[in-house]
Formats: sequence, C-alpha cells, structure tokens
Amino acid sequence: MARTESAAAPLAASGQTSASSVPVAAVASRHSLLVRVTHWITTLCFFALLITGAEIVASHPRFYWGETGNVLTTPLFKIPIPSSRALVPTGYGYVLPDQNGWSRYLHFQSAWIVILTGLLYILSAFFTGHLRDDLLPAKPDRSLRGFAAAIAAHSGFKRPPEAEAWSYNLPQRLAYLFVIFVLFPLVIWTGLAMSPSFVSAFPFTVNLLGGQQSARTLHFFVSLALVLFLLVHVGMVFLAGFWSRTRAMISGRAATPPGN
Amino acid sequence: MSRFSRRKLITTGLAATAGAAGLGVAARLAQKYGLVPPDHGGIFGLGETLNYASQRLVTVHSLAREFRPSQISKRPLANEIPPLPDAFKRLQAEGFADWRLTIDGLVDRPASFSIPQLKSFPSRSQITMVQCEEGWSYIAEWIGAPLHHVLDAVGVQPHAKYVVYFSIDSNWWDSIDMADALHPQTFLTYGMNGGDLPVGNGGPLRLRVPRQLGYKSVKFINHLTLTDDIKRFGKGLGSASPEGGYAWYAGI
Repeated sequence: MARTESAAAPLAASGQTSASSVPVAAVASRHSLLVRVTHWITTLCFFALLITGAEIVASHPRFYWGETGNVLTTPLFKIPIPSSRALVPTGYGYVLPDQNGWSRYLHFQSAWIVILTGLLYILSAFFTGHLRDDLLPAKPDRSLRGFAAAIAAHSGFKRPPEAEAWSYNLPQRLAYLFVIFVLFPLVIWTGLAMSPSFVSAFPFTVNLLGGQQSARTLHFFVSLALVLFLLVHVGMVFLAGFWSRTRAMISGRAATPPGN
Repeated sequence: MSRFSRRKLITTGLAATAGAAGLGVAARLAQKYGLVPPDHGGIFGLGETLNYASQRLVTVHSLAREFRPSQISKRPLANEIPPLPDAFKRLQAEGFADWRLTIDGLVDRPASFSIPQLKSFPSRSQITMVQCEEGWSYIAEWIGAPLHHVLDAVGVQPHAKYVVYFSIDSNWWDSIDMADALHPQTFLTYGMNGGDLPVGNGGPLRLRVPRQLGYKSVKFINHLTLTDDIKRFGKGLGSASPEGGYAWYAGI
C-alpha cells in the first residue's frame, strides 16, 4: 500500500525517469534530509541523556513522592545499585566514583540540543506536510473500521512487506506521535520542574506534578518509557531489515523503488 | 537524494549566514547584559550559557517557592562535611563568639561583623527547600539577615558584578551575580527552625541562595568580596565548583 500524496511524487519520478539514465535511487528519497539529520542528532543526544541520567541517579538511587525526600525519609522505591555517595545506604560495601559534574553539564547541553532539534523537526513537519502525510493516520485508517483493520493487520511480529518501506503503518505512526507529542513534552516538563530556579518563575509546573520529588520520580518513569520505545523501535528495524532501514535513514536511499 | 538547485543553494547560504550573524549578535548581547557564566569555556560552555542566560532572563525577580510550617522536614538532613580546620574548632569551642564576617572589595565601607551584629540587622525567615544536585531534598525554616541589607550598610559600588563568598574551609568558595546577591531571599543565615543554625547545616553562618541547588549555599561563611573581575579568583571559573567539575550556575 503506497502512500497517497507524498508517495505520488517519488512514484511519478521513478515511473518517468526509469527510462532515462538517472538511477531511481538517486531521485527518490525515503526520508528527507531534515528528517535524517534531526533523527541522528536526537539519537546522539538521547544516548548522552540516558547515560548521564543513569550516572546522576547513581548518586541517589532512591525515589520519593511529594515535595521532599532524603536518606532520613521512606522512599517510594529504591534501585538496587551501588551509589556514588557514601551518604546513601545501598548494602554494597563500596562507593562508585562521582560522575555527577560532567554528567550534569552534558545532560543539560544534550537537552538543549535535542529540544532545539525537536523544535526544528516539529516546525518543518507542520510546514512540509510530513506531519499530515507521514505521521497522522493515513486516510483509509481514519475511520473506526479502517483503524481497527490497520491495527489488526499489524499485530504480531510479521516481517512487513517491502512495499511498506515507503510509509509508516498505523501503529508506527501512533507510536511516533505519542513519543513526539506526549513523552518528549513530559520529559522536558518533569525535568524543568526539578529546577529550583525555573519553578521560582513558574511554580505551577512543579505544583501540578505534586512536588519536586514527584517530578523527579515522574522524570525517571517517562525516561523509562522512552527507553522502552527505543527498544521496540530498534527491534522493529531489525524485523524489517536492519541494513536497508538504517541505510534509508542515513542516505535516504531505500532498497526498492517506491511502489514496488 | 536531495538535488541542489541554485535557488536552494542561495537560500541555504543566506540562512546559514543569517544564522551565524544571529549567533554573533546573541553572543555580544549576552556578554553585554551579563548573561555569560564564568565557566562558559570548554565543551559544555554552550549548554551552561544557555542554562544561565535563559534562567536569568526569566528569574530576575522571581521568588523561590515558600512552604507552610507544616511542610518543614522533621529531620533536616545534615549532609556529610569534610573535617573542619582547627580555626573552626577553636571558634566553635567559644560558641562562635569571635566569628567574624569580613566584607571588602568594591564597597565604600569595608567592614567586619560578628554574629550578634548580623542579628541586629532586620531579621527575616523563609521556609524554603534545600535541593541537592544528587536528587534529595528537605524543607526548613531559615532565619537570617537578607544579604542586601548588609550590602547596603557597606555601600556597594555601582560597577560591582559579583559577590564572592568564602568558607572558613579554604577549599570552599563560590560567587553569585548581583541579581542573586540583591535578591530578597538571599540570606546570611544564622538560624534554622527557630533555633541557632546547627554546624551540620552550615552554622554559625551560611549563605542561603534558595533559587539554586544546595551546593551554592556555602557553609561556614567568614568572608565576602565584591568584584567586577571574577577571573581574579581561583582558576577564574567563578567558584570552586567548576574546578571540581560542577557548574558555577546551579539553578537547574
């Protein structure tokens, strides 16, 4: 099933120019340059945020609910890892080296880069039609029946037909929309709600979450949700053909011309 | 593959030039309005400058959240402190009667205050949170003299840009910009939860900067200097924290 509007362009291009000497792959691009560049910047930042986030958690692997929490109060839960601070009773007989300094620097720098990259992506997605054509459910899937059929068709770990390499299917679109418009905003919000300076200007951002420690705990869970997305995403790429899909996200070239 | 038409090339070139020029102008403006932190060099300078500049722009007059008395933590956690110097122990043995806070630098009337003298300034209290960069926190009532009252008494010269503050533990010093120094919640804190400030929480004197993380609220303060040239202190990064790998600005 080819995409309606946006697939038409590469389809026409491949149909019209295949007789000439221009190779198909040189004309059709699976992912636009902007999507490819923002995808890999986001990937890089995400790993930086994940690693530094884990390092910061290791300095206090206990989570709380409400405004305050420390080693003298009861945690909501603990993560059974050693800590980089002697202050935290972990049951391990050793203390990890302190990595918080550079971790915090890199965490915020990556956050800035990924937020600016995300804004560029969202703005361009609005203006180029990427959002309408590639991310919102395709026209046939917008009815209740079509929606249910598309979900049913994509349940189970079947290798998708090559024709689908030229568009996102419905569960894929929903997952991307959820990540872009729910998880990313939430992880930014819960992150900023931990900043004493930010909440001095915008106290409702932390009050709505139930307190500063609640914000920290929620930040942790939203990050876990993003990691879960990453695992499923990479798993699906493997299922669909790791090299062809990864190459499409690097060079823009797909294994097969569109419409085949 | 995207094809490069001449039009695309020209618009891309123009956009890149405008972007570079914009960054240049932004850097100039940031410098002019004091939005560049002392530790802006190095590979994390971009993130640090964005943190400080953006937060400074929206928080010049904002107040740290204050809490109800019922929200005060039952046990205010006294974080681990390194072994204190003998000079501290001698003063402690005498109940800190001889503790002095010296204020010098770009002031009209350099002075030295005892704790009772600091207590003679209008006393204020705030119920605010101490948040450690590690992730833990507690709420306490902090009692002290707002720093701006004390600065008024010594007469800050108009070109002062930073207040540098030193602990009796010589490894420990920091600085804040004038927006934080003159902020109504920045206290020279000598009391906590109705009593004297315990040594574990920074007694006899701690500078509380409640809009930043706990490590900015340096304990055992005995010296303040006003300066317009932060580069003169330590390695020129604004505080001992960047020398240990931690950001000078701790609003986040």
